[in-house]
Amino acid sequence: MNTVVLLTLTGLGLAALYFLVASGLSLVFGLADVLNFAHGLFLGVGAYATWWAAGNLPGAGPDGLGFVVAVLFGVLAGSLVAVLVELVLIRPLYSRTIEQVLVTVGLSLAGVALLQATWGADPRTFPRPDWSRQVTAVFGAQVPNAGLLLIVAAVVVLGALLAFLRWTRYGLIIRAGVENREMVTALGIDVRKAFTLVFAIGGAAAALAGALGGVYFGTVSPGQGGSLLIFAFIVVVIGGMGSVVGSAYAAVAVGLLQQFVNYYGTSGLGDLCVVGLLAVVLLLRPQGLAGKVAHA
Amino acid sequence: MSEPVLSVEDLSVRIAGLHILQGVSFEVAPTGVTVLLGRNGVGKTTTLRAIVGLTPRGGEVRGTVRMGAQSLLARPTHRLVRGGLGYVPEDRDVFAGLTVAENLRLAERRGTTPAYDKVFALFPELDRRGRQRAGSLSGGQQQMLAIGRVLLNDNRLLLVDEPTKGLAPKVVTEVAEVLERVAESVPVLLVEQNLAVVRRLASDAVVLSAGRVAWTGDAHELLLETALTKSLLGVGSGEVHA
Repeated sequence: MNTVVLLTLTGLGLAALYFLVASGLSLVFGLADVLNFAHGLFLGVGAYATWWAAGNLPGAGPDGLGFVVAVLFGVLAGSLVAVLVELVLIRPLYSRTIEQVLVTVGLSLAGVALLQATWGADPRTFPRPDWSRQVTAVFGAQVPNAGLLLIVAAVVVLGALLAFLRWTRYGLIIRAGVENREMVTALGIDVRKAFTLVFAIGGAAAALAGALGGVYFGTVSPGQGGSLLIFAFIVVVIGGMGSVVGSAYAAVAVGLLQQFVNYYGTSGLGDLCVVGLLAVVLLLRPQGLAGKVAHA
Repeated sequence: MSEPVLSVEDLSVRIAGLHILQGVSFEVAPTGVTVLLGRNGVGKTTTLRAIVGLTPRGGEVRGTVRMGAQSLLARPTHRLVRGGLGYVPEDRDVFAGLTVAENLRLAERRGTTPAYDKVFALFPELDRRGRQRAGSLSGGQQQMLAIGRVLLNDNRLLLVDEPTKGLAPKVVTEVAEVLERVAESVPVLLVEQNLAVVRRLASDAVVLSAGRVAWTGDAHELLLETALTKSLLGVGSGEVHA
């Protein structure tokens, strides 16, 4: 029983990490039709900016309020880089899919190289608050606090995103744009502003994943974003392009499947099963669990 | 004729290698309904979409389109619409996952007061069905929503593409009634296949054939000429009843 609880909660922690990366990716693809392979870079920027801020930024630190400041700095940095990428590189290439893929793949490779050149290829120890290294007893299982932190963060982000999509003007524009971008324009709305906004939101969520992923794994490395991005893409496809709720369901399915199969089967078999799940969903429901509509 | 609200000169559109419009020129009167007619595939929808800047990316548009002194072709769609060019697309294109109220709210513009009173006076059903998802409305209700959305704001010209397509005869009459009332206050460039609706609404007609203008003039004159109507549209006006 303890093992099942532990596996469930650590699986949900992993799911939370995937959701934070996938939610922005999904909205960007759903609204702007951009397959953004540079999304992992935003995660890397968030992680490294948090790591840097904890040691260097006045008021920031590895613990307490200082850690919150460091994470906020990381999130802001990730969001800013995402906006710059959208404005400078993606905007001239809307509706030019092949060029977008080439540019975003190139950017992700260049980003990793830049992080390596600046801080080295080896993993860096991430500044972690003391309580995040401890465990909490849940139904008899000793669950790492870092995993619980990820779950709480993902739930808060999910709630905030749904509230944003449901209650704000830009949320309405994004939901409509996911359905029919052209018609949004034909109502007199400059949909490009919404593109920039979803990049900013996606970049912020990915950067938060980078910062909290650093707490979860204990280290940060240049390639971390890329490896998480693969599973985030799988989550987006399973959940349905443009659907935040679909991404949440899919992230939970992928995280739990990976964790349980890796534990009860062979290590690595969980990853294979996730790919199998992707194949099954693509065969039975190609539009994903929640289709193309962004539900609030 | 007084100054036209819209003038199209030598408009050519090429999409994916197909030369769909080949030097189309016509004018839209400042009042009433000007109808754009022609058999299927002659470029009626392409003309409206080119005017409002919705030619698919990669498509090539040449010529001149002016609304008053303003040249339209180089401007992005959202600016044209904000400038008073209302567009009701073929197949309605309501946002199926949003409610009726959300569809309307989307059309609101900052700094202007949306004309909900006018829209709900024309379409009381939209007021009653505010919380219903637009995707669950009937075709006629969706058409009313598509028109109502555009009428929330002031327009200098409305482009309306096949508003009666696929609708039941009773609903066709309702839509025609509404457009008749709308046209009292704003000029309309209408694409329509239903000649009974054309007879009821249109004052001027432009007939396209194979990407060119084949005939322009008084709409009622055209409909009276059965042989001409048959040769241009493939259907005799006498075969259609209002």
